[in-house]
Amino acid sequence: MAVSLVNRFEQDNIIVEQIDNLLNWARAGSPWYFQFGLACCAIEMMAAAAPRYDLERFGAMPRSSPRQADVMIVAGTVTLKMATRVKRLYEQMANPKYVISMGSCANSGGPYWQYGYHVLKGVDLVVPVDVYVPGCPPRPEALMQGLLELQKKIKEDTPLRRVS
Amino acid sequence: MELAAIQTRVGAVHPDALVPTDEGAAYLSMTPEHWADVAQLLRSDEELRFNVLMCLTGYDRGPGEPLGVAYNLHSMDKLHKLEVRIEVPRDGGKIPSVAQIWRTAEWHEREAYDLFGITFVGHPDLRRILLPEDWEGYPLRKDYKEPDYYRGIPVPKDKRGWE
Ligand code: SF4
Repeated sequence: MAVSLVNRFEQDNIIVEQIDNLLNWARAGSPWYFQFGLACCAIEMMAAAAPRYDLERFGAMPRSSPRQADVMIVAGTVTLKMATRVKRLYEQMANPKYVISMGSCANSGGPYWQYGYHVLKGVDLVVPVDVYVPGCPPRPEALMQGLLELQKKIKEDTPLRRVS
Repeated sequence: MELAAIQTRVGAVHPDALVPTDEGAAYLSMTPEHWADVAQLLRSDEELRFNVLMCLTGYDRGPGEPLGVAYNLHSMDKLHKLEVRIEVPRDGGKIPSVAQIWRTAEWHEREAYDLFGITFVGHPDLRRILLPEDWEGYPLRKDYKEPDYYRGIPVPKDKRGWE
């Protein structure tokens, strides 16, 4: 958030800044994600997390518990049986929470949009989605871009002035 | 052993179990009534010794036609194979379970029950295996209609605004 620094005293190591920006900086810098590897897309998510693409350089670390996660990456085909669980796990995450929908399946039902009697036609039917990453499967770069878009979105948030 | 020899061997012990098949069919058709005994024979007979159930598949021949189950057997000792088919009516069809004879059948029979609604009598734990417990209907039947909602979630794709 260097751009919005209100004042900076080089000699004293003091920075004057809005608390909103400080919080956003912290949140955007550590989007720990709750991994939902549900189908083939999960492989690309794993690749994105692995050293070659290294999501962790953006502060994103995979978590296996909703309590420790800030972002839910829904990677793959959400079946109706799983949809009820996705919703419950989303509700167990602490605020602020975000959702990245990865791949056509999570976006819209993907290849199962017509004859998939058991597939949820888009995870946005059960949880609110912040970023959609298109592709079948999206390459790790695409997921990375999705994460960067989410970080942009987080940085525009105004947590202290939120009316709710 | 070849199919004809296996057929003769089974027919010698359980003559009522076999159902005539079409010319050139590569499987044996059976009635469900004798299946438990025949399966035991296939497994333990000295000449047959089918000790592996490779696959168990449910199938549907179409609306108004019977449902069926195909068993693919293999013998590790004798190195021969066999397919057995059993057909039952769509409503209330019952087949004796072979889960105690071939352990493979336990989950496969649950799958056939889950997706086709075929009941396996004597199965130790006949529940749905893939679909949620409260699912209605048997989706791989050819006359299956997908539900509009599952627990309040719309199932068919919302196509408004597509044209
Ligand atoms: S979008 Fe494609 S790659 Fe991803 S889970 Fe669906 S089918 Fe698999």
